[in-house]
Order: sequence, then C-alpha cells, then structure tokens
Amino acid sequence: MAREHLDLSVNVVEMRNIVKKFGDFTANDGINLTVHKGEIHAILGENGAGKSTLMNQLYGLYKPTSGDIIVNGKKIEMNDPRDAITAGIGMVHQHFMLIQPFTVTENIVLGTEPRKGIKLDMETARQNVVEISEKYGLSIDPDAKIEDISVGMQQRVEILKALYRGADVLILDEPTASLTPQEIVELIDIMHNLTADGKSIILITHKLKEIKESADFCTIIRLGKYIDTVDVQTVNEDELASMMVGRQVTFSVDKPEMTPGDVVLEVKDLHGVDYRNVEILRGLDLTVRKGEIVGIAGIDGNGQTELVEIITGLRKGTKGAITVCGVDIFNKPPRVGFEAGVSSIPADRQKHGLVLDFSVEDNMILQNYKDVPFAKGIILQRDAIRDFASEKIKKYDVRPGDCEARPAGTLSGGNQQKVIIAREVENDKDLLIAVNPTRGLDVGAIEYVHKYIVEQRNKGKAVLLVSFELDEIMSLSDRIDVIYAGKIVSEVAGKDADENELGLMMAGGKQHG
Amino acid sequence: MDKKKTLLDFFAENKFIHTLLSIIIGFLVGAIFLAVMGISVSEAYGRLFQSVFSSVKSLSYCVVYATPYIATGLSVAFSFKTGVFNIGAEGQFVVGSMSACVVGILFGNLPSAVLIPLCFLAAAVAGALWGMIVGFLKTKWGINEVLSMIMFNWIAFYLSNYIAGIPAIHNEGTAEATRNISENARILLSQDTIKSLGLCPFSNWGIFLAIVMTVLVYFIIQKTVLGYELKAVGFNRSAAEYGGINVNRSILTALAISGALAGLGGALQLMGMGGRISVFSSQEGFGFAGIVVALIGVSNPLGVFIAGLFYGALTYGGSKLTLVGAPTQVVDIIVGTVVFFIAISCIFEYIKYLKRTPKAEAPPPIPDETPGKEADE
Repeated sequence: MAREHLDLSVNVVEMRNIVKKFGDFTANDGINLTVHKGEIHAILGENGAGKSTLMNQLYGLYKPTSGDIIVNGKKIEMNDPRDAITAGIGMVHQHFMLIQPFTVTENIVLGTEPRKGIKLDMETARQNVVEISEKYGLSIDPDAKIEDISVGMQQRVEILKALYRGADVLILDEPTASLTPQEIVELIDIMHNLTADGKSIILITHKLKEIKESADFCTIIRLGKYIDTVDVQTVNEDELASMMVGRQVTFSVDKPEMTPGDVVLEVKDLHGVDYRNVEILRGLDLTVRKGEIVGIAGIDGNGQTELVEIITGLRKGTKGAITVCGVDIFNKPPRVGFEAGVSSIPADRQKHGLVLDFSVEDNMILQNYKDVPFAKGIILQRDAIRDFASEKIKKYDVRPGDCEARPAGTLSGGNQQKVIIAREVENDKDLLIAVNPTRGLDVGAIEYVHKYIVEQRNKGKAVLLVSFELDEIMSLSDRIDVIYAGKIVSEVAGKDADENELGLMMAGGKQHG
Repeated sequence: MDKKKTLLDFFAENKFIHTLLSIIIGFLVGAIFLAVMGISVSEAYGRLFQSVFSSVKSLSYCVVYATPYIATGLSVAFSFKTGVFNIGAEGQFVVGSMSACVVGILFGNLPSAVLIPLCFLAAAVAGALWGMIVGFLKTKWGINEVLSMIMFNWIAFYLSNYIAGIPAIHNEGTAEATRNISENARILLSQDTIKSLGLCPFSNWGIFLAIVMTVLVYFIIQKTVLGYELKAVGFNRSAAEYGGINVNRSILTALAISGALAGLGGALQLMGMGGRISVFSSQEGFGFAGIVVALIGVSNPLGVFIAGLFYGALTYGGSKLTLVGAPTQVVDIIVGTVVFFIAISCIFEYIKYLKRTPKAEAPPPIPDETPGKEADE
C-alpha cells in the first residue's frame, strides 16, 4: 500500500456529528468523518445506509439538519455545489453528468470556459486539458466525443472535470460499478497518482475487495448510524462485511459436488447481429446440463447480451440452432422458450424484469396471469393472486413485508430483484438464465441471490450465469466459458479458475480448452 | 415549511380535490374574461347555472349532450391506460356515426329490436377497424400512431361528407345532409314518458348504454386477463414482451377497443339526437372533446362518466350564454383552463417528488434518484 503520501497531521475534511433528517426519517444520525491529506478514505455501507446522503451534504446538495462541516480547518456553510467547488471539493457521480455529443475538452471546461472577448478560446481550453491530464497520468483524447469513448474513459473525463475546477478532495460515488476488471485496476492506479500529488479521495462503495486494494481508512455506516472508522490494513474483508451488515456474512457458497445430468440448453453455431446490425455473435457453441452452473465470463460488448436476448426470444439470430430440453426455440417468441423451460433473471430488471407501475403481486404473475389459479377464463382471480404474492413475499423476504399492492417501482433495487427471483424460481423451469443478477446490490442481497442460484443448481436445474463480475462467476460456476468476439474461446472448470488467466482470455490474449 | 409541504402533498395525492380546484380556477379565469368584456359575471354564471339546473328538462338536455362525450372520453381514457394515445377518437366517432346512419337508412324496415343492435354493431366495428388500421401501420411499419390518427381523422371527415352525398343516402330536399334514419333505429324515449316526466324532446336510452360502457371499461381494465395484458404493454412494453405477452397484438386490441368505444359514441349521437348526418365544413370535435373528458376524469372510468356529464352540462349551459350577451366561447375558456390546471398536476407531483420525504419503511432514501431505481449509493 502506497502510504508515504498520507499526512495524518493535516485534516482536509472533517464532518462532525452530522444529522440529516427527511421529515421523520433520519438518514444520517450523528456521523463523524475525518479525511487527511493524501488519503483514500472509503465509506462503506449497504444500500440505503446513508452514504450518498452524507456525501451530498459535503458537496452542498443538502444541508445538514445539525452538525458541522470543516474544510481545511474552516467551518463551512454549504448552500450549493458551487460552495463545495470553491472549497476545493469535487464529486464524480455514479451516473456521469456528461454531454454526449460534446468533445472531452468541451465537457471538461463546461461552465468555466476560457474566453477571448466574447468568443470561446477552445485552443487554450484544449491545452489546459492536455496539461492537467498529463500531470495526473490520466491519458485521454481531448478531441474525442463522449459518445465514442468507453465508460472508463468517461469516468476519467469526470475526474478531470473535478480537477480542472481545482478540487483537492474528490468524492467518487461507486466508481467501479460499471467498469471492467482492467479498468478497475487502472482506476486504482489513477487514485494512487492523485494521492501522491497531495489530493484526498473519498470513495463510496460496497465492494470490499476494492477497499482492501485501494483505501487507507474506512468509515462504516449502517442504517444511518456511524459504526466505526478502521485502518484498512488491520481488518480483513469478512470483518468489514460483518461491520457493514451487522451480522456474520458468508462469502463462500455451499456447493456440494454434483455430476451434471442431461443437456438442457444447447446452442450451436449461433450467429447474430447487434442493434447496429453489426455481426456480434460469430458461431457460438454452448451447452448447459442439469445440475450445473455455467458462467459466461467476458468483457461487455463481446456478444453476451445478444446471446441471452436470442435465447430468451427478444432478438432474432441470423443463423444457428438453440434447443431447450430438446425443443427448438431458435427465433421463437419468448412464450415458446418459457414453455420449453426457460426462466430468466434479466440484466435490466427495470426494463425487462418488472412492470414498475404494476403492483408487486401483479409482477409476480407476469408469465402466469392466464393460468389457473390466477385466472379463470377471462377473469383475474384477485384473491388467488394476493395469496400467492403474500406467500412468496414472506418466503423470499421481500421488504416491506406488506408490499403486495405497492407499485414495484417503490421497492429498493435489492427487493425488486427478490420479486423477480421469487417469480422465476417459482416458475420451476429446467433452465435459469441469470444476467448480472447482483448488479447494484449490497452484500446482504448478493449473498441472498447467490444462495438461490446455487439452490437451483442443487435441485438439478441448469443455470446459465452471465456476469461482468469475475468474482461472481468464479465463486458460483461449475464451468466457466470465456466469451470473446462472439465466440466461446475457452472453457475452464470453476474450481481451477485463476483470475489473471481469465482476465487474459477475456481480453482475447490466450486460448485453451 | 411543514404546512407548505402538507398542502403540496394534498394536491399531489388527492386527484379529486385537484380536479375540483382546477374547475374552480377555470371558472375564475372565465370570470376575468367576462369582466374584461364588461359583462356581469354574476349574471352570466347565473344564467349558466340556471340553464343547467333550473328544470328536469334542462337537466335531461345536459344528459343528452353528455352521452356521446362519455363514450369518446372512455375511448381516450382506455387508450391512456393501455399506453397508446388515441387522438383518433374523432375519426372513429365519425365513421361509427356514418356506419350506423347507413345501416339505419338502408335497413330501415327492420324492427327496432334488430335494427338498433345492428346499428350499434356497425358503429363499433367501423370504429374498431378505423383504430386497427392505425395500429397496423404502427406495429407493421412503426408509423407513429399520433400522426396517422390525425390523418385518419381527416380521411373519416371527408369520407363521411362523401357518403352523405351518395343518392341512396342523400336527402332529396334542400338540406346538405343524409336522409333521416328510420324511426326504428332511433333510441328516443316514448313521447308519453317524455311528456309525463317533463324531459327534453331528445331524451333517449343512450345514457344507459353509456353506463354499461363505463362499467365494461372498468371491468376490462381491472378484472380481466385482457386488461392485465394491455396495461402491462402500456406500462412497460419490454417487460411485457419478456413475460411472453404478444405486444403487437395487444396494441391492436387496445386500439380496436378504444376505436369501438368512440364509434359507439358516434352511433349514440346519431340515434339519440341528430337522426341524420350533415355535410360538415369542419370537424365536429366529439373525439377531441373525448380527450378533454378523459383528462378531467383522470382516465378513471367513473371519473370519465362524471367528467362527461360536466362537459355536457357546460356545453348545453354555454349555448344559453348568448342570452346575456356573453360569447359561448367563455365555456371553451373555462374548459381549456380546467384542462390546463389538471395537466399541471404533474408539476405538483414533480415538486413533491423533488421534496419527497422518505418514509421509514420505504426503500432507502436516495433523493437524487427516481424511486425504485437501483438504490446503489
């Protein structure tokens, strides 16, 4: 750990006894935070613990109900983000605030453009941007348009934007949520470069591994309350997790040895195009048997999204064959796949998984609304639907516990995912397809989702797991297929998988198997 | 601060109160215009209310006026609920009306018990087809339904004018209109009933059909498998498709039902009031009024029924405003303002959303995020 830059004698940010109430609800209840010069300080907490609320107060988006914010030894009254920026605080939001058709330079200087008379001085702007990017080792193309560059690059632009405005303290809100493993490594390098230059970084996250890899100190918040601030070097991931959740968390998934049975899903020589009509699947073969979890590892954009869309009937393939339990479902509507035995936890739970304006109970029957007991003839049986939903809400611990009639959109992400899992698992199909099933979920919810996925496998179902989280793939899969450029390029047994080797194969570097 | 918030909550949550408030504002704005024109507000509004509430006869006039508006209002409300915007209710109304008219003239010898259902059927089928053509263009070639519906309103308008001129239908007299439909196709109450109850001469059975339609729309939307499918497609097309619902078929079905409702509205107007169809120089606007009625009734079937009566009463009462020298357009100003302020309700909701108070049992507070978006802090 590069700690030589850490100067414990200088407190750049102090938040003392911060209380923030929204009506009757206390989002932050007496939170303390001290960030030193050159420090990477992680803020750890479950979804809804109050991390973002705390940071939004530091960035001037909310005013604390009580408590003091002290920047560089001076008590500061923040009314809006401009005050924060003046005080040298910059924030990179999880959802980037960039103008897509503008260039990198235009985005960075936005609002503080250098001028020549009434004209914009883009040449100076460009020079400034190049200068600052070289200074911190954040290489970017100043003339590229945002819409043409990767998510990792866009994040760099956001960081540069904050630095350009003179930030000494950078707040990074879930910075790794949408990055590939390689990009995460690069980001951690960038963070260390910045602290070497005397900047301080506040990292909001619920990913323990990244905290261990990058942070110096970690403040844990649970249910709005301050739990502790710990030196990261003195704790391990399990300890961090239990402090965050407030109970013991098990990461290892209980997975008894199983011999895979009959083939459930068989994909042969699949070809397909993406939304731009560019061929993205180039002869993909895949089999998933009963009682095994097959993980598809790969960097986003190598065809995994299209693969799942074609299997689930949302997209047409151009060539190939797909069978589920021997039934041909290639280029058939979703209903055919469903009846042949496909259930799925879709990647985009709000777009495909749920009708957010529908009540939770109506979402629970999304595929079965026509069947007894939910409908008799043309009439929906409201009582039967309610009974079914109540039972599943209890069984799958969806919260709040009386949410049958509430719109699904009012639930938190983790609970929305539980509704989908309840529905798909209860469909009791032979094949479960799970795409990024834990994206955006906290540790408690992730543990829960993993438990159900493995349980399906233990019950003798076939599971196809597509995930950008390599850890997830490695801990759950019996077999890992690496997808690259629209093909499965190699296959390794789950227990033999090595992260670095997989990373290389995902980048198209090495093939075996 | 706290009081303001409560008030805000109140308006955002209570649609009924909000609608009522919008109506009051509508009348206030109307009053300003009357005052500016130098017309006594009390006299004009007095006349308006008097002409609506003074007698059984005037009240029955309002009901007669309201009946077709309820039908087109239901048509538009149904489309709102199912995620399409039926701005084509106007055209569907016109083809429905004309189909009923043709049947009512050509098969005039049939007994009422056969002819009346036949006319309604013709109107419903014509309206449904008119809606489905648009749906077909949308699902097959992705043509925006709002654009094609506006086109189809004009096609219906000129088609109706053309058919009205065909010799078999055309009135041989001087009027630029069709012949009257057969008495057997009329749905008027008997003269004895009208006289003994003191109702207006056009009093008809249509309002009962409107009640049936209201209940039916409520039933389809709330209680049936079909309603579930249509709503799912309306709220979230992708999830509906993912769940195995045939999205294109649902869109067609929704437009067909919506069209049939508007078409029935045309038949109600013809068989209850008009008795014949004139050659028009501009669109009559029953379908467009349906949009207004659906908005005032917040797309709730019962709300639409009440809003239809309100609109009918204003239209009838407004026609009497000339007696005090006020232009009938005052009513349009009132209705326009009402709709405007009802549309503003989304602003109340937005402000409330910005100032939203997370509840203790609710999902984690992420006030800078949409509710239900992933709660990843």
